[in-house]
Amino acid sequence: MESLLISATIFILAIFVGYEIITKVPPTLHTPLMSGSNAISGIVIVGAILVAGQVSNPLSGLLATIALTFATTNVIGGFMVTDRMLKMFKRTKDKEK
Amino acid sequence: MILNNIEEISYITAAVLFIIGLKKLSSPATARTGNALSGLAMFLAVLVTIVGRTSVTWEWIVIGVAIGVVIGSLSAYFVKMTAMPQMVAIFNGFGGGASGLVAYLEYYNNSGGLITPATSLSVMISVIIGAITFMGSFIAFGKLQGFIPSRPILFPIRNIINGVILIATLSTILWILVDNTHLTPIYAAITFSLILGVLLIIPIGGADMPVVVALLNSYSGIAAAATGFVLENTILIIAGSLVGASGIILTRIMTKAMNRSLANVMLGGFGSQDGSSSPVLQKEERPVTTASASDVAMILEYARSVIIVPGYGLAVAQAQHQLRELSDLLKPKGVSIKYAIHPVAGRMPGHMNVLLAEANVPYDELKDIDEINGEFQRTDVAIVVGANDVTNPVARTDSSSPIFGMPILNVDQAQTVIVLKRSMASGFAGVENELFHLEKTLMLFGDAKNSIEEVISETKDL
Repeated sequence: MESLLISATIFILAIFVGYEIITKVPPTLHTPLMSGSNAISGIVIVGAILVAGQVSNPLSGLLATIALTFATTNVIGGFMVTDRMLKMFKRTKDKEK
Repeated sequence: MILNNIEEISYITAAVLFIIGLKKLSSPATARTGNALSGLAMFLAVLVTIVGRTSVTWEWIVIGVAIGVVIGSLSAYFVKMTAMPQMVAIFNGFGGGASGLVAYLEYYNNSGGLITPATSLSVMISVIIGAITFMGSFIAFGKLQGFIPSRPILFPIRNIINGVILIATLSTILWILVDNTHLTPIYAAITFSLILGVLLIIPIGGADMPVVVALLNSYSGIAAAATGFVLENTILIIAGSLVGASGIILTRIMTKAMNRSLANVMLGGFGSQDGSSSPVLQKEERPVTTASASDVAMILEYARSVIIVPGYGLAVAQAQHQLRELSDLLKPKGVSIKYAIHPVAGRMPGHMNVLLAEANVPYDELKDIDEINGEFQRTDVAIVVGANDVTNPVARTDSSSPIFGMPILNVDQAQTVIVLKRSMASGFAGVENELFHLEKTLMLFGDAKNSIEEVISETKDL
């Protein structure tokens, strides 16, 4: 029960922190924000590594592999495509150089 | 013990890096560093997890990661910027699917042992949200990609059917809380949630997809956080919550920009009626003033300030580059150029900004609705390219109009308005645009790309 309370505390505080920082992201960056948060939700890769190390039969192994594939795709694809987009955002000044 | 502490400390460091990374997204100047910091946080979290675990087997981990790296990097490298909504949609689905699978596997590996009700509850939440996100995102992806019709697909008594399945899904949670000795409730929940994922998204029209994608973005985060509860893993909870909050904020911004409630979007069917059943029926031929490319070039030549209003039609015509070329011709003549971007201008939040950035438009020329709306009345020429409903002044004036109250760009306040459009067809809301009939409005009909190219060559000849 205690661990549930700790988890719940972290969850609620993190939601508030997230709300405060993400409100400050300007509309012009909303697409990179979404693809970047795609990458961050790939954090479940950590969970996938944990369960994939404990599998006891081939079916579970297959499911764990699928989970890892999904999560890794999110992480790698998300961060890379976000970087590709953010690279394109330039100011007038930067262009004249 | 020491190892365990190192793991916890690394997770907290990663959480801080994620937060700083997102904070740096508050300006385009620092955003790239922010994204790199988030990437570093992810790397740290993965590294410490791999080092800290004495895994029984490694082959599944290696195979899964290898396939993911290939798919992820190839899609990030090759995706077209116009296809970003699809990519984000399918990635949301991957995130939700992975979270649900991990929660299920953790439960499966521990079944037979002691499972607390709190764990059971977290597993069910993760599996249900994960499965809905997975299927829902797949449908959204299909609609955006075009292999599922993007129009709302409606079936009779759908709200009743959805309601029944939703109740069935929720009752599986009660079932497992009463009896967690077997896995049947989880399998039932997965089946119901997968069906629900399809049924919830299929009645929603293509133009409402920005809202759906933002909402599913939020779900993928919440599913990851729920999996964090299952594994009692702090970094999953924190990162998942950040994504969950981000998706909720974007969903609210999009529904507000459309002047709709989330419920209204999710119930679906919007835009499924054809023009004939629309409440605004005056389809009589009202006069509009047409202009030629040389007229437009002449007007722009004498303008001092120009605001360009791009809509999704611009992206369809792929005319961003021509538009930037035109503004490059005008700027040396002393014309000030700005772009007015409505939140729903593209197919996802901020989509139009990315498309224009790709065409080398500097980001300081991109203005959002609140920044630019006061400026139209001081502007000589507003050029509307492929936008319709978001420029319709009746949203301000006619309380009987279906789009009344929707935030619009005050294009009608500019001295002269030039509208580039293929035909007089009405926009998504099926409402006639009063802007086109104003005395100050000139219509330049044709494909946006060709039209702008003509204006460019006329401008060069002046």
